[in-house]
Amino acid sequence: MPPQAHARVTVVRPAAGWAPLHLRELVESYELLYFLVLRSLKVRYKQTLLGAAWAVLQPLLTMAIFSLVFGRLAKLDSEGVPYPVFALAGLVPWTYFANALTQASNSLVEQERMLTKIYFPRLLLPLASVIAGLIDFAIAFCVLLCMMVFYHIPFTGRILAVPGLMVAAAATALAAGLWLAVLNVRYRDVRHALPFLTQVWLFATPIAYSSTLVPAHLRPLVGLNPMAGIVDGFRWALLGRAMGPGATLLVSLAVVSLLLVGGLYYFRRMERTFADVV
Amino acid sequence: MSGPDAAIRVDRLGKRYRIGRVRGYRSLREEIVEAARAPFRYRAERSGNDVFWALRDVSFDIGVGEVAGIVGGNGAGKSTLLKILSRVVTPTEGLAEIRGRVGSLLEVGTGFHPELTGRENVYMNGAILGMRKAEIDRKFDEIIAFAEIGQFLDTPVKRYSSGMQVRLAFAVAAHLEPEVLIVDEVLAVGDAQFQKKCLGKMQEVSRLGGRTVLFVSHNMNAVQRLCTRCILLERGGLKAVGPTNTIVGEYLARAGGTLSPATSIDLTHADRSGDGKARFAAAQYVSDAVEAGGQPYPDGPLEIRLAIEASEPTTVGSLAVTLYDQYGTKLVNADTISLGETIALRPGLNQLALRIAQVHLNPGVYVLGLWLARPLEAVIDHVPAAFEIEVMTRETGGLGAAPQDDGMVTCALEVLDLD
Repeated sequence: MPPQAHARVTVVRPAAGWAPLHLRELVESYELLYFLVLRSLKVRYKQTLLGAAWAVLQPLLTMAIFSLVFGRLAKLDSEGVPYPVFALAGLVPWTYFANALTQASNSLVEQERMLTKIYFPRLLLPLASVIAGLIDFAIAFCVLLCMMVFYHIPFTGRILAVPGLMVAAAATALAAGLWLAVLNVRYRDVRHALPFLTQVWLFATPIAYSSTLVPAHLRPLVGLNPMAGIVDGFRWALLGRAMGPGATLLVSLAVVSLLLVGGLYYFRRMERTFADVV
Repeated sequence: MSGPDAAIRVDRLGKRYRIGRVRGYRSLREEIVEAARAPFRYRAERSGNDVFWALRDVSFDIGVGEVAGIVGGNGAGKSTLLKILSRVVTPTEGLAEIRGRVGSLLEVGTGFHPELTGRENVYMNGAILGMRKAEIDRKFDEIIAFAEIGQFLDTPVKRYSSGMQVRLAFAVAAHLEPEVLIVDEVLAVGDAQFQKKCLGKMQEVSRLGGRTVLFVSHNMNAVQRLCTRCILLERGGLKAVGPTNTIVGEYLARAGGTLSPATSIDLTHADRSGDGKARFAAAQYVSDAVEAGGQPYPDGPLEIRLAIEASEPTTVGSLAVTLYDQYGTKLVNADTISLGETIALRPGLNQLALRIAQVHLNPGVYVLGLWLARPLEAVIDHVPAAFEIEVMTRETGGLGAAPQDDGMVTCALEVLDLD
């Protein structure tokens, strides 16, 4: 069938400066996104002995170490709940965030061949990394729920806030991941700096310790680190801590929004050079 | 041709790269060091000293339903052009308009993951090429049949032979149904049998489907079979546009080295054996097909002109030109020993030629070897693979001149009425 006169016309022209986001094209590519997520899920634990158990082991082992060092030895305050479950409530969203961030940051570099050989909305690569991580999170979250049952921590309606908090965590991982992924294309230093970055970020976030250690009037400042608000939110939703994440979380959400919108535009601006540079 | 008929309209397209950074990346440290060393580097770049145009000022139109070939040597800008049209890279200047859904195939099997099964990879690869899941579902059986992978459908692709991987990847791509198909040198992979099948499929797509195809290949035989019109690129610029035969002839006449008749091919560094009392120094070959740039054609003549450097007076009983196919099967051995004459070589450079009156070979690429010996005594110089020659299709026009499943050699055929 010959193309009609009204057939879609693709115009290829030089581009400079900021480009529109074209989110519609992104939405139209949902099937490719689905397959990219599926591929990364199917491949992730292939040829490993423990398979998806790694999704659980990562936060659990860190929890064990934290409990020993910060709970037993340093005797940090854990807001009246047993330290292990206190730590795990922070580690489960954190582990998701750290993995999603790392994978999103490396997503472009690892798919070099796709970048140089085929056109598709490049945003799908970091987006797929961030979405695929949610499955691991779901598994780890079930373990967290078991821990809560084990320590007789009552469930409340606040648990309904968890999906919203996870959207925020995914947005944070995507936002930071977009910037780092673009930088990674040009400077492979990013790959080496990432483990260090996530480690520093881990301790800058109230996971091993409680954010109540910070004087009350400074707490909204802690929210400048978006993960701080999200981790506080998790503890509020699950561990029945009295004080809501309020101001901290609001600051965090504002920071994430800025970082994300900026990251999207930066990504769009830089993506046309990916195939030349990667 | 232009206006509403054009499926692809390219207008003064150009792509500039900065030299030294083409395909490269730098670490942050290098960037800092360089910035410290040359704070005015940015201005220097703008002065145009270290920029390189991979493509410049290229304009052409391709009509709807046309199959156009892009030919040119290495670095001519063919791949850059295809990458721009595929929107993988952004042009530096100019404009291109493509009417209809674009499918591009710059590589076979982009997005294949070795850990996934054949079935999973078909879906993955299809989605990457821009197919909808429903579309893949519909064509799935056809794709599998084309790829001939049968019972290995649910085996991880890493257990496949490389041939199977290529077959599967091409099968997916071949079932893509875009209105404009952009294909880079993908047929270079796979065995000869499958290459033929792919060519057949592409021909079917363009002829029956009325689709526009833009095709890059080094295989002139494939270009001649598929394309009605060709575009010749040279060092990033447009050299000529015209009917396939004219352009292919022009390309071959321009191209230096292996595939070019009437240019001298240097053999002093070729892999060889023999006592070295005389050595093949250079060779050139020519046929009488002026319209194909002197390239040999089936049943046409082939003249091999040789320059032989001798260190002492030598009498040679056997001077031979051997033609092999690409698998190394010896097809023709044109040896002077069969003539029963000896050749006397003087010290210094000797010029002589061997003329094969009729080369009974069908179109394709063949390897030519050279042999010089005193029979029963010594091999003087043996260059088993001196260079490649391509036997061309003399006329084009679809399958008319070169049926796809021709054998390698020609024969004279007639029908006799025995009644």
